[in-house]
Amino acid sequence: MKHTFSVLVENKPGVLSRVAGLFSGRGFNIESLCVAETLDPGLSLMTLVTRGDEQIIEQINKQLNKLINVLKVVDVSEGDFVEREMVLVKVKAEGNTRAEVLRMADIFRGKIVDVSPREYTVELTGDENKIKAVLELLRPLGIKEVARTGTIAMPRSKKTP
Amino acid sequence: MKLTGAQILIECLKKEGVDLIFGFPGGAVIDIYDELMKSPIRHVLVRHEQAAVHAADAYARVTGKVGVVLVTSGPGATNTVTGIASAYGDSIPVVIMTGQVPTKLIGNDAFQEVDIVGITRPCTKHNYLVKSVKDVAQTVKEAFYLARSGRPGPVLMDLPKDVMVDRTEFKYPETIKMRTYNPTYEAHVGQIEKAGKLIVQSRRPVLYAGGGIIASNAAAELTGLATLMQIPTTATLMGLGGFPGTHPLWMGMLGMHGTYCSNMAVANSDLLIAVGARFDDRVTGRLDAFAPHAKIIHIDIDPTSISKNVRVDVPIVADCKNALGKLVTFLKGEKGINWKEKHEEWLAQVRDWDKKHPLSYKEEKGVIKPQYVVEKLYELTKGKAIITTEVGQNQMWAAQFYKFAEPRSLMTSGGLGAMGYGFPAAIGAQLAAPDRIVIDIAGDGSIQMNIQEMATAMEQRLPVKIAILNNQYLGMVRQWQELFYGKRYAATSLATAPDFVKLAEAYGAVGLRATKPEEVVPVIKKALKTPNLVIMEFVIAQEEKVYPMVPAGKATTEMLLV
Repeated sequence: MKHTFSVLVENKPGVLSRVAGLFSGRGFNIESLCVAETLDPGLSLMTLVTRGDEQIIEQINKQLNKLINVLKVVDVSEGDFVEREMVLVKVKAEGNTRAEVLRMADIFRGKIVDVSPREYTVELTGDENKIKAVLELLRPLGIKEVARTGTIAMPRSKKTP
Repeated sequence: MKLTGAQILIECLKKEGVDLIFGFPGGAVIDIYDELMKSPIRHVLVRHEQAAVHAADAYARVTGKVGVVLVTSGPGATNTVTGIASAYGDSIPVVIMTGQVPTKLIGNDAFQEVDIVGITRPCTKHNYLVKSVKDVAQTVKEAFYLARSGRPGPVLMDLPKDVMVDRTEFKYPETIKMRTYNPTYEAHVGQIEKAGKLIVQSRRPVLYAGGGIIASNAAAELTGLATLMQIPTTATLMGLGGFPGTHPLWMGMLGMHGTYCSNMAVANSDLLIAVGARFDDRVTGRLDAFAPHAKIIHIDIDPTSISKNVRVDVPIVADCKNALGKLVTFLKGEKGINWKEKHEEWLAQVRDWDKKHPLSYKEEKGVIKPQYVVEKLYELTKGKAIITTEVGQNQMWAAQFYKFAEPRSLMTSGGLGAMGYGFPAAIGAQLAAPDRIVIDIAGDGSIQMNIQEMATAMEQRLPVKIAILNNQYLGMVRQWQELFYGKRYAATSLATAPDFVKLAEAYGAVGLRATKPEEVVPVIKKALKTPNLVIMEFVIAQEEKVYPMVPAGKATTEMLLV
């Protein structure tokens, strides 16, 4: 099962390596990891996507909590949540594919952020499935380079007051 | 007035109640040593940094305080790693201070520079690189707090040379609160009730105690629960001493080299009450066959220990002492239960198992059996000695045949299983308890891993007794080779060894040797009367094995017996 954790950590040197070391040392997997400062500059938020059975996920949750620099761990995938990833794709854009790339970007509500005579760079955001779909459709046109941010996520707000 | 980092460090150590440091100097810590010399804190110079950590570990175990180590950068720091990993494996509070090259040289591959914070990250509870003199006081406060609170463990502080020379105003934080660290001590009442009800319902309960009993000073509560509710009790290697070894409800250690009685009782129990233990593979054997009929109550201060290896029915995250106390109170409130009657049949069954296969060994004419040596050590010290062990057969024989009467009387490297632990630990223990008899039960292999500490013991005038069970083999590995590897003794012969009696004499200590059974008692008696460091060498049966034994990967009921 895929799980997405939000991990609130102290913004201190070495914290990332403690988290990464925990995963490598205990044989857990990190599928993606995204870290940045929060509104409180003393804290950073990590969004961490991992996979495992129930027992492994429980251990990951507890082991993260056990790290001294970790303030809070939330398994956002336990409830409803929003997840987004951003990707930059450099695609071959020559001759008739030039228009096709534009159309594709448009359909998926992407933006062209860099242009050259032979390539377009497209910026796209979405959940994992959307990103996957875009990349599959762009692949035949000739993808030169891809950079992905990894997933960030947030639990959905309660819909009833 | 502004103080240097080194002065601040020493002031902080005094505030933390440190009276003894184990260490070894070097270029990066000269400034600290220069201040340490002027302070009332005693320093014990070891001969290898690994020994410093083991000694501090045992000092912590005996006193319940935090053990403290000071070493230099680079090799001084790397040499501590085995000691740190051992303390981590056994959850022992130790603060390790390592010197570091000046901050401007960090990352420069400087002389005697290593990234010890990186190296020890997975084997410390937490560690720090102190980058500014302004952070020294706060870091020391946090380090000691982390080491001793919650599930205790080693904490390392890496101290760059320039930080120790720089000056700042000294102010020690009197209190500490860390927003990211807040261990749970109080047991949840609802969980206690659930656990209590399971105990009331059970017919075949077993108490399974671990090192947490020792760490939380819960031996009295454990014995109280067992006695009041008439529950047969077993313990892990780390839990030995947490329950009186001569108590009628005591079944002996469980697991790979546990007693037949304990392993059968766990396998047939309908309720397993685990207290401060972590279901280690040496305890459980094949997991799916471990306590197959039992509901499980698990009391532990570390949530990660719970449901890690074994599914738990009632988890209780709390200090063992607190949880056991509440559990006893709850059970006392359950009126109309005659516990003795309720568990009568079960206890009769347990006693039957004990009678069927008690711990035993075959005597052989003219040959010293190691178990006999441990039995005699037990008898002649009336069970009151502090025993340290090395790792392997010596450790298991000590665990099986010395009946530990009280907590903090066995020091052993349980989790990591570090050979070379026992002798430096004996040094630490003797310094912590100058009036106790301290005996390192050793093998001829492991004693040679930290034999250089003879000089430390002599220098400190410590009357430690070393009992070497000499079978001229790395005995435990040889035992596996004999049983499971067609007697192919690859690299386990130690036929070439020093003359241990002469070795003792070379250090100015006393060396004694027994080669026949009738010499064992006189040698022990003589050693106990000698107010000096003594090596007792017992030339034992070469191919003696530790039994019972659960082969790796088997169920704990599939024991090989004597």
